[in-house]
Amino acid sequence: MSETPTLQLSLGPVLFYWTRERYADFYREAADWPVEIVHLGESVCSRRRDMKLDDWMSIGRELAQSGKQVVLASQTLIESEADLRDLRKLCDNGEFLVEANDQSALQRLSSAGLPFVAGATLNLYNPATLSVLSRAGMRRWQAPVEMSRDDLTRLLADCREQDLEAPCEVFAYGHLPLAWSSRCFTARRYQKPKDRCQFVCQKHPEGLALRSQEAAQVFTLNGIQTLSGACQDLRHEVPAMAEMGVCIARLSPRHEGMAEVVAAFDAARRGELAEPDPLSLVDAEICDGYWHGRPGMDHSRAAGLAALG
Amino acid sequence: MELVCPAGNLPALKRAVDEGADAVYFGFQNTTNARQFAGLNFTDRRAREGIDYAHARGRKVFCAINTYPQPDGWALWTRAVDQAAELGVDALIMADMGLLDYAARRHPDLARHLSVQGSATSHEALRFYHDQFGIRRAVLPRVLSITQVRDLAKQSPVELEVFAFGSLCIMAEGRCYLSSYLTGESPNTRGVCSPAAHVRWEETPQGLESRLNGVLIDRYGEGENAGYPTLCKGRFEVGGETYHAIEEPTSLNTLELLPELAELGISAVKIEGRQRSPAYVSKVAGIWRQALDRLERAPGRFHAEPAWMTGLGEVSEGSTTTLGAYERRWK
Repeated sequence: MSETPTLQLSLGPVLFYWTRERYADFYREAADWPVEIVHLGESVCSRRRDMKLDDWMSIGRELAQSGKQVVLASQTLIESEADLRDLRKLCDNGEFLVEANDQSALQRLSSAGLPFVAGATLNLYNPATLSVLSRAGMRRWQAPVEMSRDDLTRLLADCREQDLEAPCEVFAYGHLPLAWSSRCFTARRYQKPKDRCQFVCQKHPEGLALRSQEAAQVFTLNGIQTLSGACQDLRHEVPAMAEMGVCIARLSPRHEGMAEVVAAFDAARRGELAEPDPLSLVDAEICDGYWHGRPGMDHSRAAGLAALG
Repeated sequence: MELVCPAGNLPALKRAVDEGADAVYFGFQNTTNARQFAGLNFTDRRAREGIDYAHARGRKVFCAINTYPQPDGWALWTRAVDQAAELGVDALIMADMGLLDYAARRHPDLARHLSVQGSATSHEALRFYHDQFGIRRAVLPRVLSITQVRDLAKQSPVELEVFAFGSLCIMAEGRCYLSSYLTGESPNTRGVCSPAAHVRWEETPQGLESRLNGVLIDRYGEGENAGYPTLCKGRFEVGGETYHAIEEPTSLNTLELLPELAELGISAVKIEGRQRSPAYVSKVAGIWRQALDRLERAPGRFHAEPAWMTGLGEVSEGSTTTLGAYERRWK
């Protein structure tokens, strides 16, 4: 048995719209995966209603029984009174920690005196902001997706200097969530109005590729959300993350092959990752540019992977 | 309703004031504001001159310090806040929670406005910013329908400012990282979107091509109007179709919604475009001044004059305008 790794692994919320059966199967499998934290819930679109809060709660209880820490993720773009009603129910669930992905959730949670996780879209770029949220009840936080390793290293060092206890999570694997709109781009592709979208994004369990006219995948459309075209993969940065004081690496669920992704990151945090690693985990292009202080779409190891592919 | 106009430089500021802006907003010449363009924005001396000009005519000046302080630059942002306070601006426009907190403690009497980059789309979010940092006003993101603005306005703890005219961001502002994904620079970190330094134009046998850091954003056939390659306004291929997959190159124009916005109790309408010329600012400010004056004199009989709409159309991106998200069908 290897010793308990210092870096924890988390599953992010499923960003795509799956069927009830698929969510159930996915989390039944995830119960046995070597991840310590599981984020649950619909964080993208309020029209995706196959899963109710009660459904997430019962999945959460099962995962908790398997020893996972369960966190309910709040919706990122809050637009209506109905969205706020759902948000209140989520925050008042009475059982699980909530990830605040918008200031509406921050208000609800902090005024109720509830602890919370601060999501990446809260835009936490400096110790002053972390300090504000820490006073409001923040337990841990996720760095903005565009933050580089060097900036994060500096930020974590400043936090230590200021005795600011703020465990940090990094988005380590998956298509990067990059934008939210009131417009639904998947419905637009199907020439349907958003209000009568017929839930076409359920046809695309890993999103819909948006390519340039030269066939380069630039972005991935997922309803009102836009993700990166390439899949971020920071497997090889895991030892560096642990060393600089990152506490959690987030893996964003994909429809197929997620067990292999988790296994690869688990091996990485135990220092058992084959080097060079000949297995590309997905068909998509790989990127890691943000981490290296470059455009997010860049990939430092692309040449190597392609040669091995 | 207050008319708030953009000032990318001193001539634009003066033209806006001359044409009837109630307030103008500007930024300093660095990454602390969300319109960082070469040759744009204000030095300390220019800002002082502009503030004097506006104040002498009874108008207000707001300073936008609305990017997010980066881990290596906290002092740059706090210096901008202190500098603006010392210059005697009437309000600071900010997004970052840490910086709002700093300004509230250091300059408690200086009004704080929440920038559109603060992504507040609900009254609960507004309450958070109000309770934590004492904001007086918030600028709403361009993602809400008029019905949603109505619901929000009913319960807002602060004054509301909405975008009235100009470039149309269709993503929730402050939470769009598309630009840094392609170029390494974003509105949040550097105050830029699809920055010009990464733009390349090239005539090819397939047509005129525009690229952003090498990525083909659009390709124009003969006779087609070529627009700036803002990454969300290009033509891309999705599921075998090539089209404006995210948004057409259009501008926002809410002139015809003015009576409704007034009735909802909106405090201010904002004109976008610090990167635009003094001539643009002058023309747009003049038309909106006329419209607001007309609305005040006879609210029941207001309608958008064709001449106003034509005038605004002439300075719009892609020469077409839309009501954007205010109109539910657009979504």
